[in-house]
Formats: sequence, C-alpha cells, structure tokens
Amino acid sequence: MKYKISFTLNHEKVEHEVEPNKTLLKMLREDFDLTGAKEGCGQGECGACTVLLDGKPVNSCLVLAVDADGRDILTIEGLANGNQLDKLQASFIKHGALQCGYCTPGMIMAAKGLLNENPHPTEEEIKKAISGNLCRCTGYKKIVEAIMAVAEE
Amino acid sequence: MKYVGQRIERVDGIKKVTGDLKYTDDLKMPGMLYAAVKRSPYPHAKILNIDISKAEKLPGVKAITTGKDFPKRVGLYLADKTFLAVDKVRYRGEAVAAVAAETLEIAEEAVRLIEVEYEELEPVTNALEAMKPGAPLVHPDLGEYSHAPIFHTVPGTNISEHFKLRKGNVEEGFKQADYILESSFFVPHIQHCPIENHVAIAKYDRDGSLTVWASCQSPYAVRAALSAAFEIPLNKLRVISPAVGGGFGSKAGTTLEGIVIPLSMKTGRPVKLTYSREDEFVNSYVRQAMYSKFKTGVTKEGKIVALEVEFVWDGGAYTEYGVNITKSAGFAMAGPYEVPNIHGDSYCVYTNNPVGGPYRGFGMAEIHFCIEQNMDAVANAIGMDPVEFRKINAHKPGGRTATNEPVYDNCGLVECIDTVAKDIGYYTPSEQPKDPKKVRAKGIACGMKAPSMPNDVASSAIIRLNEDGTAYLSVSAQDIGQGSDTTLIQIAAEALSLPPEKITINTGDTANTPYEWQTVASRITFCAGNAVLRAAEDVKRQLIELASIKLSTYPRDLKLEDGYVVSTQYPDKKVSYAELALGLTMPDGSGVHGPIIGRGSFIPENVKNFDLETGQSEKPVAFWTYGANGVEIEVDTETGHIKVLKVASCWDVGKVINPTLIEGQIQGGIVQGIGSALFEEIKLDKGKFLNQSFMDYKIPTVGDMPEMIVKFVENEQHDGPFGARGIAEPAMIPAAPAIANALYNALGVRIHQIPLTPERVLQAIKEKQNNKNN
Repeated sequence: MKYKISFTLNHEKVEHEVEPNKTLLKMLREDFDLTGAKEGCGQGECGACTVLLDGKPVNSCLVLAVDADGRDILTIEGLANGNQLDKLQASFIKHGALQCGYCTPGMIMAAKGLLNENPHPTEEEIKKAISGNLCRCTGYKKIVEAIMAVAEE
Repeated sequence: MKYVGQRIERVDGIKKVTGDLKYTDDLKMPGMLYAAVKRSPYPHAKILNIDISKAEKLPGVKAITTGKDFPKRVGLYLADKTFLAVDKVRYRGEAVAAVAAETLEIAEEAVRLIEVEYEELEPVTNALEAMKPGAPLVHPDLGEYSHAPIFHTVPGTNISEHFKLRKGNVEEGFKQADYILESSFFVPHIQHCPIENHVAIAKYDRDGSLTVWASCQSPYAVRAALSAAFEIPLNKLRVISPAVGGGFGSKAGTTLEGIVIPLSMKTGRPVKLTYSREDEFVNSYVRQAMYSKFKTGVTKEGKIVALEVEFVWDGGAYTEYGVNITKSAGFAMAGPYEVPNIHGDSYCVYTNNPVGGPYRGFGMAEIHFCIEQNMDAVANAIGMDPVEFRKINAHKPGGRTATNEPVYDNCGLVECIDTVAKDIGYYTPSEQPKDPKKVRAKGIACGMKAPSMPNDVASSAIIRLNEDGTAYLSVSAQDIGQGSDTTLIQIAAEALSLPPEKITINTGDTANTPYEWQTVASRITFCAGNAVLRAAEDVKRQLIELASIKLSTYPRDLKLEDGYVVSTQYPDKKVSYAELALGLTMPDGSGVHGPIIGRGSFIPENVKNFDLETGQSEKPVAFWTYGANGVEIEVDTETGHIKVLKVASCWDVGKVINPTLIEGQIQGGIVQGIGSALFEEIKLDKGKFLNQSFMDYKIPTVGDMPEMIVKFVENEQHDGPFGARGIAEPAMIPAAPAIANALYNALGVRIHQIPLTPERVLQAIKEKQNNKNN
C-alpha cells in the first residue's frame, strides 16, 4: 500500500505516492532521480544524505518519506539558483574544500542549515554543525575555511 | 610559470558542489536488476553443497550464480582468488552465491532461501600462528598458483611472499656497535572507509561484449583481471569508472565486479551490486595487520651500523595484492636512514581473516609507525636528541638506500626535518595547561615512500585540438579526489600555452581513453603527468611544423604563446591554434596534414629488478618522496585521552603543481593518520569482524582536526613533469608515530601498538607507576 503525500521539493509543490517504509533518501534518489544526496552508511552516522527539511538539516536515511508530508524539502540540486551557485557552493570550490565530492552535498547542506539559523557563526559553531558529516579526504580544514568565508561576509 | 604552481580551481568543482556528478550508484539503466550476495558464516570451511532450488522459485528472481560458474583463479600479482568461493571459504563473509532479481528486496529474500552445507575447518586467524609448521593451510595449492616472477612464495606453508634484504655484513655491524637495542610493534587491521561504498554494474550483450561500470581507481587493471577470469577478449570488455567517491587503495583492484558479471551473462540485463557500509567494512580490502621486530646496533656517536628487521603481515584469505605490500615494505625496512649492514625479512602470511590489500601508503604507514618509534626509543636509550639522531642517519645526497640505490640530490629530508622542528617549536617545551592532570608535549617522525609498482608500468595520453583552438585531453588516470583532472590539465596547459579552461579532460573508459596501468602509488602526477607532457610536446611539434610553412619561418624561431604559434624574432608574425587545428589551408585553398592529435606514452626510466636473494637493486623504484611531521599533543592522564593540538608537515615534492590541491592532500593525510593513531582498529575475534559500522568503528570528525602547518621543499625530480613527484599517500605516513613519540615525551611511556586508545594509555601509565614502586 502506498500513501499519498504532498510537499515542496526544491521550491516546487509535489504530490506523490510512497510506500510507508521508504526512507526520504530512497524516495529522493529512486522516485525523483535526485541523486545528489548519497547513502554512505544508511544509519545516520556519516551525513552524506543530509538535506534540509523545513530549513533544518536531517539525515534523510533516517527520515521516512511519509514524514515529509506537508513539509519543505531542499536538496543540493535545489540550492543553486539555476546556474548561479549558492555562496557556499562557490566558496567550497574557491577554497578547495572538496576532493572526491561524495560527502560534499551533505556537507554543504549541513552548513546551509546552520547559516539559515545563524548567518554569522563562529568557527566552533561551524565545527559543531558539521560534526555529523564525515569526510575522509580533506582533513576538514578547507571545509571550515570555506564556510567561515561565507559566514564572515 | 603561468599555470603550473598556481591555485587553479578544481575542474570538477561545479559538478561536485551541485550534486550533478553521477557516481556509479547514481546510475539507473532500463531493465536493471539488483544483486545480493550469500556470504559465508565461517572463517574456514569446505562447501559441501549449495541448494538454490527454493531461491530460484521466488518470483522476481532472474539468475543465481555460484563459484562453480567461473572457477578460474586470478589476481594482480598472485592468481589466488575467485570472485565467488569454489569448494571452500577462507574468511567469514566470503561470497558463495549471488542472486539477481527485479528488486533488491527480492534478491535479499532469495539469498536467505539459499541453503549452503559446510564442513568447518580449523581456522588460523593470527599471522604468527599461521607461519608455524603444522598450521592449517589456507591455500594448500599455493604451489600451483601463477605469480609475477619477483615474488617468492613458499608452497606447503601459509607464506605467500618472503622478501629478503641482505646488505653488508650484519654480524660485523653489530660488533662495531656500542649499543644494541631490541623492540617490537604491532599494527592492527584498519579499514579505508571512503564515504562512497563499492558499487558495480555489469551489462553483457549477446554479441559477446561486456560493459562494466564500477567505482574503481584503475579501469585498465580491472579490465585485465576480468578478461582473465571470464575469458573475454579485451576489445569486447569495456570498463567505465564514472566517478570515484574516495578510494585510498580500496578500489585499486577488483572486488565485486566479478560477482555481477555472471548474473548479467545469464540474463542479458544490466545487474547492479552496491555494497552496504557493513559490506564495505568486511568485504572490501582491509589494511593488513603487521607484527614487527627490530634489533638496532648503534655507535655512541649515534650512527646506526647494523639492523635486523622482521615484518610479518596478516594478508588474510587472499593476498593477490598483499604480496606486493610485503615486498615494498621490505625495500623500505630501514626507513629513510642509511644503514650499511641490514638483515631483514618481510613475510606475507595467509590467515582466515578479511582480505588484505592496498591502503594509502601501501605498507609505509605501517612500517614507519614501528621504524619511527624505534628511532626515538634508540635515541632516548643512548641519550641523544631524536631530531639530531635522525639527521645523523638520514638519507642525504651522496648516500645509499637499503637496496644500495644512490641517494640523489633531490632528497630534501634534512630540510623537511628542520622545517617541522622549527614549525612545531620542537626545542621549546610545551606550555602546560592549568589543569595538572593534562600534559602537553611534542614529537617528531619522518617518512618516505616510492611508487610500489612493477618496473615497466605504462601511461598514455592523447590531446586533440578542436577547430576553435580548444583541446580535449584523454587519459585513464582517475580523479579519485586527489585532483588529478585539474593537475593534468595544468601540465597540459603549461606545455601548450593554453589556458586551463580551454582544455577539457576525459577519463575512465577503456573503450575511449588511452591506457593507464593504475591510479595508485602516488604515481599519477609523475607517470600520467609525463605522458600528458609528451602528448603536449607532440601537439607542439605539429603546430610548429604547420606554422613554419604558414609563416615562412624556421621552426627553431617559433614558440607557443597563449593559443598562438609566434615568431620569436618578429612577434607580429603569428598564427592561431584554431587556424591549424584541422590542418593547414594553403593559399590556393588546398589543405595539408589534417587534424592535430598529440600522443604521449611513458614508462619510468630504467627501473630494474632486484636480486631475489638480497633485495639489492640500484634502481628498484621510480623515485622516493621524503618528508616529516612534527606534532604537539595533550594527554589527559586521568582519562587517557589524547588530543592532537598541532601538526607541522613538510615534504620534498620536487615541484608543487597546485598549492591548494597539495595542501588538501597533506591535510587529509594528517587527519586520516590521526584516526589510525588514536582510534581506528578492526576488532576481530576468530575471524569475525566485530565493529562493522561507523557507530563502532569511528573515523575522524571535524572535532579531531588539529591546527595544521603544511610546507613544501622543492628539490626538482629530474625526470618528473616540471620537476614534480608523487605526494598523495606519504602525508599519512609519519602521522601515527609522531603522536606516539609525543606521548613518550609527555609521560615517558611507549605503547608498542596503535591505536593509542585511552585504555592503553591508562594501562601504560599504571605499568610505569608499578615499575617505579617496585
């Protein structure tokens, strides 16, 4: 049996039927071909699947799709305004804050969630906000620098 | 230089920050089936029977395969593995059967319905035990396996490689020594943990051609292994690596590709297998565990005169790759130090543990943890400053390595040591925190690494000019995060005098991009970079040939400048690449030459086999990269917790191609090294993996990041592109021993294994107090 839900997905109103046991991550990837959010562990431990739900970062592998009913979802695909990159995206490129890129969408969305609530966070606040997002490549330094640069604007 | 040495932004940046880049798991194909794998619950057992009758009947199941379908053994250096177990299983988790079904859920259900009958065999799960005579044999047929001639297997035992290093006369050496010190260390298994798990899709067509999409570092090496296993000619086997979400060695060979291929052959449909994180922990290569022993003879002046070394590697169930880690570690057993008399052995041993394989640094991080603690221990024992002791013995131009290779003037190890000692303030005691339970101290460690690869591995590159003067660069070097797409473009841009944004790179498709042996070993900037340079030179030669006709100028008086061939004598005389890209049009309208295509091929020069009995060779590797780390840590003596406060790292890289990218490599290596030093460890109990999740196996988070100072020395590599050599792996090598040495400097305790967990630190403090009280 499928449930009928409606929500806003990357600024567009959507109606969708979804299985009750399907995660938000699987719905985004399989039903909407939004593959920017990645499954790194499926247990909410790595943050690669981070998206914004009502502006707040969540591990989409831990959220059931049906819980998105009536809410606002923003994925990495919807962050840029067309071809105009979000400041965070541009800053990640400028500061070399990405390597293999697999954690990058989740990392940027976690940072976006922070800046939504707190546009000028301290370095410690930034570290706390991305502490659930694992990156095996960069050693995190350039990621923190990239977010700091936007926070200081 | 205009492009080399500049902070050019990553060419793959926009695709990665927007989520637009499609990794293998993001691919969906019409008619695609999903695979699941039946795995062994035993570390060592005979397979008596596999009953697939119930699974076959499940609606939605399309194919089932077992090891009997393709029993041929394959392997990169030693042909000891099959993709699915045949007759017996050798580790807990080994694949015994696989199912392809319409959905993953059906495939998983079918796997549960497969019934396998086993006869348990005695397992051997400790490498030291496995070496003993009479130990259960993991591979009784080892003597029949084919292997590369540089390896020395010992049939009838579990030893799949015995590397010997014999230099000088070690007995005489010890006679000259004023002090002889012995120590031993253990490095546990750890896991790579790229954020992207392994994934592969196979599609077999009825014309006999096979396409494999895989998150792999080395499409050509994968193609070779699959061609051998499935007896498909290379022109019918296409391997595509769309993007790699981190590898660190784990995606260097073949892992799961061979499981999906038979399923696609049976169905003619694309079949996808994606590893879960648990699979990633248990069923992809682990970093081998290793036991080491050192006996060091040193004079009172601090010169090491004799060294006896033994490394025993836990290769796990299959060592097709592990044998080469063992050999490479053998070459480097003395570390970056000149020792005239060495007697050493490095053994790769089969056990019923998870399969060992390449992990960032390829044996070097493991052996340097031991070598560099041994150096500090010896220095402390003879009352010498560890930094001075290192500098006395360090490889220096004019010296000789353990294999008797000359040390050339591009070895800047001493400069690196001096730099990190200064940056960490090694001679200034740490400022102690107010909390008396916390102690701060500093430590230092060195490292070296060479590309561990066969002597004659090849690279190639093709550059095609477009009629608007832009270019395509094709290589099969893979950007696995290290930034090779960007640096190879920078090399081409510099050589062609063409802005990087006018060059587009294509990679990772054996049907369309030219040969590259493997993206491993920190060899891409050097090897692929040289191939790119040669392809650019080939383009340049053709441009100048045509321009000399067009401009009626001697070729010697022409140069490339910003997309034009320009006369060095009369700068107004010039012709654009656009005008020459498809050939030259003559005044009468006729044309000559045709499209400009540059080709570059490269094999490192004169790398030669070593002597099998002594390990000696004047050039066993393409180059050595040297460097050092200095660290400052804070230990909580009440909890045993170590915090790394600051790391200074300096490497002699020959030439920095892109400062942003290379800093990122070092910073990433430092933090990855901190993980292995402080908390990463695979917990195994009789072959059972106990901590196969990020909940139970922690990797560093942003909270573990120290302050980092990263510097470079540039003593040019004479045969490197613009003087560059490799650096991606070395960054990790001295991270763990520097921390262990700092711990000794803080508390006077030396822990002979990693990770330096709070429990081990507290235990060491307790033992020290007990010793004092007694």
